[in-house]
Amino acid sequence: MTSAPTTKTIQKNDPLTDLAKKNIIDQIIDQNKERPGATMVVLNELQSAIGFITASMQEYVAKRLQIPVSRVHGVVSFYSFFTTTPRGKHTVKFCMGTACYVGGTSALIEKTKQVLGIEPGQTTADGNITVEVCRCVGACSQAPVIVIDEEVLGRVKPNKLPQVFKPIQEKAE
Amino acid sequence: MAHFRSHVLVCVDPECLNKGAHDVLDAFQDEIVAQGLIDEVQVLETSRIGSCSNGPEMMVYPDGVHYVGLTTYDIPYLVEEHFLKGRIAAKFVEEKKITVDEELSAPTAKEIRVVLRNCGKIDPENIEDYIAEDGYQALGNVLTQNKPEEVIEIVLKSGLRGRGGAGFPTGKKWQFCRASQASPKFVICNADEGDPGAFMNRRVLEGDPHSVIEGMIIAAYAIGSNQGYIYCRAEYPIAVKTLNIAIEQARNFGLLGKNILGSSFDFDLEVRMGAGAFVCGEETALMASIEGNRGEPHPRPPFPAVKGLFGKPSNINNVETYANVPQIILKGADWYASMGTEKSKGTKTFALAGDVKHTGLIEVPFGITLREIIYDVGGGIKEDKGFKAIQTGGPMGGCLPSEYLDLPVDYEELAKAGSIMGSGGLVVMDEETCMVDIARFFMEFTQDESCGKCTPCRVGTRRILEILERICDGKGKNGDIETLEMLCSEISETSLCGLGQGAPNPIVSILQHFRSEYEAHIYEKRCPSKVCKSLIRYEIIDGTCTGCTVCARNCPVNAISGERRQTHLIDPDACVRCGICMQVCNFNAIVIN
Ligand SMILES: Cc1cc2nc3c(=O)[nH]c(=O)nc-3n(C[C@H](O)[C@H](O)[C@H](O)COP(=O)(O)O)c2cc1C
Ligand code: FES
Repeated sequence: MTSAPTTKTIQKNDPLTDLAKKNIIDQIIDQNKERPGATMVVLNELQSAIGFITASMQEYVAKRLQIPVSRVHGVVSFYSFFTTTPRGKHTVKFCMGTACYVGGTSALIEKTKQVLGIEPGQTTADGNITVEVCRCVGACSQAPVIVIDEEVLGRVKPNKLPQVFKPIQEKAE
Repeated sequence: MAHFRSHVLVCVDPECLNKGAHDVLDAFQDEIVAQGLIDEVQVLETSRIGSCSNGPEMMVYPDGVHYVGLTTYDIPYLVEEHFLKGRIAAKFVEEKKITVDEELSAPTAKEIRVVLRNCGKIDPENIEDYIAEDGYQALGNVLTQNKPEEVIEIVLKSGLRGRGGAGFPTGKKWQFCRASQASPKFVICNADEGDPGAFMNRRVLEGDPHSVIEGMIIAAYAIGSNQGYIYCRAEYPIAVKTLNIAIEQARNFGLLGKNILGSSFDFDLEVRMGAGAFVCGEETALMASIEGNRGEPHPRPPFPAVKGLFGKPSNINNVETYANVPQIILKGADWYASMGTEKSKGTKTFALAGDVKHTGLIEVPFGITLREIIYDVGGGIKEDKGFKAIQTGGPMGGCLPSEYLDLPVDYEELAKAGSIMGSGGLVVMDEETCMVDIARFFMEFTQDESCGKCTPCRVGTRRILEILERICDGKGKNGDIETLEMLCSEISETSLCGLGQGAPNPIVSILQHFRSEYEAHIYEKRCPSKVCKSLIRYEIIDGTCTGCTVCARNCPVNAISGERRQTHLIDPDACVRCGICMQVCNFNAIVIN
């Protein structure tokens, strides 16, 4: 899923080089480092505060928590919620749970390819929208379900997708 | 969103759909285009804006006007009046507005609500609401009147079994953990609810978090633990937030922390979040994850009761298991044991989903039949189609055909039928579902979620998936069924954890009950339910097609051609068989062959 963090040099645009973000990162580590099982807690908070966890950030976490980098990397690569590269400004997730699958997620993905020109796992060229598939989000009675950023939309029909995507497409401008 | 002047919500519940909500929606969509309002009016589908008794219904925001009894013929007038001229079309206005909880409706006659009794009734962010419903009274009773052993005795006698899937007697589990000598001990709540199609635990956590917390405190007292963890999946951010609020309030009320309710008993709780790995629902993997490691399972024994979290004795139960405990203490073991069957006592929550009319949460006593669940509680199959199968137990469960509809639902009966209870997801499938495709779907899930630690699960699930994909692709061969059977039994026997051991279950149960569908795919290259894309083709019926161009405009790959008012044609080579054309056609002119 991710390549092993081998670089010792921090990339130019890494969150660690941004003072405000570096402060957030330090704060998260300071608040949680004493907890038992701190690695997961820190990584979860970093993922949600920064949006992704770069190789350099993984090294930094390992150093601060005094554990091997390989362990941090092992954890990051194991869980699908952790990402190492930035996602688009908006994410559209298609639920691939049983109820939604039976309810027609495949047709939604097909239509999305036409509307946005991308498949799950890809981001639009302008870096605005990332499309992903996800596990059951627990809204099965409204299948098929898509999640736009944090918002759950149920009973989505393929021909309504252009309208559904419109607000997030507009916000990019 | 801010750019739209109006938002229009159209109800697409079954009743409204029956009355033509889709046609109204499409007419509306076309009409706002025709009247040049596409950039000003947003149309959304929703459910239950009213009673559905006078559908199709529509809600217009920000005006808050509720229209009912619409037909396609009314739409041009309505759009012109309301959206162009800004006047309310009085003759369609519904006066009173009713809101209904769509996940959890009022209990039907066959339901008994124990775990869900407070959901939707109390404010989950206000502990006083819970206390007013006898909340924390069980804890008070236990701390003042019962020795820990007595608490375990009550839980044993109630017959409560674990609701996380395996159905292990809860009292016995507590006994084992109490008997372990090492300290400290931990109490863990499994709120990972990874089975797709299951959302019972989420609803309890979001709607009645204190019932789970109270159950955990009582368990901690019974086994002698002072620290607990609730492991909640990352997909449930609202549950995590609600739990954290509830824990904070319980601390302020002296129900968590030091000297609970003035006793000498200390206990505190912390919520930990998962990060999207299904296998973390398995108890040993879950504990590895709390410890901050990759969520890989460990062989048992040692069992968690002996050597669990951080190597210490730990008791792990499901959300629903804990939520039952306060009620059992308050109303007594006999009351609880009076519900259910001989070996499965009490009630069980289920998430009813799929092709059933009323989807949502239900809570029923064990022993109810699948037929009662689907037809009496669930209202029957959507659009009154035929029933094909019900999937129980999630990705480690099985699919049961109509012969099993009168099966009384309990742990033993489901296992005998070749499925499992699992956590409580029930997905109903109608006659248009392809069971081979479903087998492939589940294998894709488990293959993707296999943590990769043991070879049978990692490699075996991939082999099975390859074979199933081939069969669905129309490239099945002689011997495929036999190879599948052999792989399934090998994986079940040799995998390290429940994920691998259970992964073949859906395949096996479908082979057992729907073998002819596999055979049709393999030997006749035919998908009887017309689902598998390589084995079907969409065609437009000459004479029925009016040449309205709706299909051609909606086709994502431009595979449909034809002049206006002339029969259209689908290019089978370009067609990706998504079925959108069939959904949008207003004249039923598209068929699958
Ligand atoms: C692959 C796998 C996934 C599981 N997922 C869950 C789950 O999401 N929730 C749960 O409560 N138990 C799950 N379990 C069962 C747990 O391992 C464990 O049996 C359960 O938490 C015990 O609680 P109980 O005795 O209250 O049922 C899973 C088991 C396996 C093998
Ligand atoms: S299957 Fe999609 S929300 Fe549950």
